[in-house]
Amino acid sequence: MSQTSTPTLIAPARPGRPALGIAVAVLGVAVLGGLLVGPARIDVGGAIAALYDAIPGFESAHGLTEVEQRVLFDIRLPRVVMGALVGAVLALAGAAYQGVFRNPLADPYLLGVAAGAGLGATLAFAWTGNEALVAPLALAGGLAAVVVTYTLGRSVGGRTATSLILAGVAVAAFATALQTYVLQRHVESIREVYSWILGRLVTVGWVNVLALLPYAVVAGAVLVAARRLLDVLGLGDEEAIALGLNVTRVRWVVVTAATLATAAAVSVSGLIGFVGIIVPHTIRILFGWSYRVIVPLSVLFGAAFLVIADLAARTLVAPGELPIGVVTAFFGAPFFLIVLRSLRRAS
Amino acid sequence: MIGWRQVAVAYEGKRVLGPMTLEVQDGEWLGLIGPNGAGKSTLLRAAVGVVEHDGDISLGNGRRRMGLDVAWMPQRPNLPDDMSVADYVLLGRTPHIGHFGTENRDDLESTAAALASLDLNDLSHRTLGTLSGGEAQRAVLARALAQEAPVLLLDEPTANLDIGHGIEVLEVVDGLRLKEGLTVVTAVHDLTLAGRFADRLVLLSHGAIVAEGTPSEVLTEELLTAHYGPGIRVIAEVDGPTVVPVRRSNDR
Repeated sequence: MSQTSTPTLIAPARPGRPALGIAVAVLGVAVLGGLLVGPARIDVGGAIAALYDAIPGFESAHGLTEVEQRVLFDIRLPRVVMGALVGAVLALAGAAYQGVFRNPLADPYLLGVAAGAGLGATLAFAWTGNEALVAPLALAGGLAAVVVTYTLGRSVGGRTATSLILAGVAVAAFATALQTYVLQRHVESIREVYSWILGRLVTVGWVNVLALLPYAVVAGAVLVAARRLLDVLGLGDEEAIALGLNVTRVRWVVVTAATLATAAAVSVSGLIGFVGIIVPHTIRILFGWSYRVIVPLSVLFGAAFLVIADLAARTLVAPGELPIGVVTAFFGAPFFLIVLRSLRRAS
Repeated sequence: MIGWRQVAVAYEGKRVLGPMTLEVQDGEWLGLIGPNGAGKSTLLRAAVGVVEHDGDISLGNGRRRMGLDVAWMPQRPNLPDDMSVADYVLLGRTPHIGHFGTENRDDLESTAAALASLDLNDLSHRTLGTLSGGEAQRAVLARALAQEAPVLLLDEPTANLDIGHGIEVLEVVDGLRLKEGLTVVTAVHDLTLAGRFADRLVLLSHGAIVAEGTPSEVLTEELLTAHYGPGIRVIAEVDGPTVVPVRRSNDR
């Protein structure tokens, strides 16, 4: 039996400098690419100078024409910011759901947000034909679905995570069935609904960005602050309770924040799949198991991933445009498999 | 100090424990013994709020602050494979950290002390999935010690340990008990080991206390065979009673 040794202090898990550096660099390159690439050529130096000039109190002779400025500030910048926000929200919400439900397959759409939002958007297209109603109805549908899931889950199985997940499956199936029925009756709106379901950042302007921003900021603050608690939940409900954690309340707060932000993102961007699964998992594989690492990095990598996906969506088949949901799945799935495989090899 | 007063627990309408009353004094080591399903684990689980119960459970000052006033080492802990030993033990500081807060220097020092007291320094960067049963057991105990709660509830702390490590771990607990005045309640299957460390033993059977007293009062052939079945011999030694199994069928 060995003697007890002298204590050495250990540092809690957090994103390492290299990981943060890579994340910031990737996001920076993605944003620049999103701003510069497109039908209208904009010079790199000019764009950077113009962005600098746009900061209140700073000035720079950027030399961009009126049209170039219009393209940069009214078309590309809002679209890039929107992509970054939606990507950050989806990745963050995915990480939060995986932590709170201790389930690696959990994604932001787990509790029926997507199906509910899809139903809301379908109703807007089919019954009103009014594009302006799509976002509000999608938001309402998504939130309503989650409220029903929560109520059902509690009445069926008390407070366990499993009953909540199963209720989500039931609610999603029900909402999807309703949506299919509505579509059958309004075949003429299938094309619009389908394009919405596959996700799009096409029609966005600053208005949409400003609508999503408060949800993204609040959810981001709550979830980043709760990152340590997600690690505690990893011990299971019983041990977390014995450590003094109010498990039910923590789960409720985290799920509410993640769901609100997801519903808001989905309502303006449609259903962009896969981001919430592959971004947190890739981070987990590359940079560590702890949610103290995964949650902050999910914000950065999620944003970068969607900006890049959007860039691909609008350049690969230019002048046409691919639905962004197709791009995230088409390139995201193989990339994820490569990461998984290389990890297997390494270990 | 920890006290159970008229505590009863039922699972799906079936009573599995009590109502029973039990009090453990400051600095005392109480050993819970009894056959499988006697209610030992349930008694401990009720105290940390993971099973619902009737009756009162009080801790020293009366109010029960989970995690802060009482630490629990579960019999079957969840051990996330990829978590490092150090991070795992650090989670024991959760009751001391605000919901949205992070660890301060005290937390890191307590964690380091807990790791060192169980000789886990060399393992602190290993992941839980790579540990042997005994190493994992020590990590779980270290997490409970890092909580620095005055009452320590240990459910089968020596279950996966060989006899040497078993004694070592219980010696560590006893040392801390004497140094910090901890109150310790253990549920241990090894009756001899339980008797060597506990000041007092409580024998549970079918959810009720059937005997209570010093190890030599409780570890008798008569009491043990009545509740565990035949085939038990108790040998009196200087250190206390030693319980040995005897084969029930003698047809060789």
